[in-house]
Amino acid sequence: MNIDGVRNGIVLDHIRAGKSMEIYEMLGLDKLSNTVAMIQNASSEKYGKKDIIKIDEVVDLDYDVLGYVDSNITVNIVKDSKLEKKIHMALPEKLVNVVKCKNPRCITSVEQEIVHEFRLVDKERKIYRCCYCDAEHRIK
Amino acid sequence: MSNVRNLINITDFTVEEINKLIEIADDIVAHHEKYDEICKHKKLATLFFEPSTRTRLSFEAAMLELGGSVLGFSSANSSSAAKGESVSDTIMTVCNYVDIIAMRHPKEGAPIVASKRNTVPIINAGDGGHFHPTQTLTDLLTIKRKKGRLDNMTVGLCGDLKFGRTVHSLIEAMLRYPNIKFVLISPEELQVPEYVKEKMNEVGVEWRETESLEDAMPELDILYMTRIQRERFFNEEDYVRLKDSYILNLEKLETAKKDLTIMHPLPRVNEISVEVDDDPRACYFFQALCGKHIRMALILFLLGIVK
Repeated sequence: MNIDGVRNGIVLDHIRAGKSMEIYEMLGLDKLSNTVAMIQNASSEKYGKKDIIKIDEVVDLDYDVLGYVDSNITVNIVKDSKLEKKIHMALPEKLVNVVKCKNPRCITSVEQEIVHEFRLVDKERKIYRCCYCDAEHRIK
Repeated sequence: MSNVRNLINITDFTVEEINKLIEIADDIVAHHEKYDEICKHKKLATLFFEPSTRTRLSFEAAMLELGGSVLGFSSANSSSAAKGESVSDTIMTVCNYVDIIAMRHPKEGAPIVASKRNTVPIINAGDGGHFHPTQTLTDLLTIKRKKGRLDNMTVGLCGDLKFGRTVHSLIEAMLRYPNIKFVLISPEELQVPEYVKEKMNEVGVEWRETESLEDAMPELDILYMTRIQRERFFNEEDYVRLKDSYILNLEKLETAKKDLTIMHPLPRVNEISVEVDDDPRACYFFQALCGKHIRMALILFLLGIVK
């Protein structure tokens, strides 16, 4: 299957196979007017299979969302068909409006306007805690 | 986040600041006349979105004894929260009327929301099953007055350790003093939350869990009893099954140390038999008195009147 290379834009590479749709939605890529290509189950030497997303423009991306969904992702910024910058994702120290607290006793469960914030407390086990109620959130 | 000094979690204060509060509280008792009118023309708002007797009344008594005034509400139904007003909006409004706010809210983290928009100091007077720092200050003052120290002791915490916010705050506070050992006595369903265990492990403090109060009793210097709280359960069946798990009576105290300090944040239901009240080791009503003294000290400290 052939998909054109990106001339000026972003390639999200090494997405865990099957995760690209989630990333597409969380980053709000459906709201872009440019060409966005999502490739699922591409072959990968490193992981066997991977997903790729190509965006035909350099747009602002929420790296916290990317790092949260899959910290193995690499973001390639392409300019004039050349790789200008490669960014490796990592688990963000703080998540802001990325996930919602599931604790029914948390203030965020009743007040809709509050910014949902989580802080990373255990990198190894990928555990976050709600900044309001300390409820645990684990990344699966 | 505003630059005003608040008390949301006990760890907002350093050990030195807590020691200072204890010092002020003791000075209030020793030289009461010095403080009679020290807060004249100052106003405290008690915003209680959830019912309370001791905490609200001790805050109000504290401010009145300092010569200040008090206004507020004692349930969400008698405030605009009943109309759907947000915590932020309530706080931004009340900040226009008073010099300091004590708030209790049934939802966890509500005081953190409040502390993002306030222009006067906010004191967390309890947020759901989360934190209750002024109870912790009360507990620390009680322990200091009874034991003469806040280090080198074995602290037993008994009852509802899962939803008991006083327990979580007290553990966090005492983790900062040397050579403290915790014995956590509760049924399996009501053990302390993971995040509290993580904190104890991070500090490297010695702690163990047990379901038997009798086994733990002989080694304790402090026994901190808590109520199984009906309002924290979603399911009445679970509450009924667990509510009588631990009842302290004179028989169970037979193996306890002679200088044990028995504490309880109150209100109690039946977890401490009334027969224990006359035992010299029972300190829970003294603890309620300490609550007023430490809140007086806290108000003075946060208003910057005593530094």
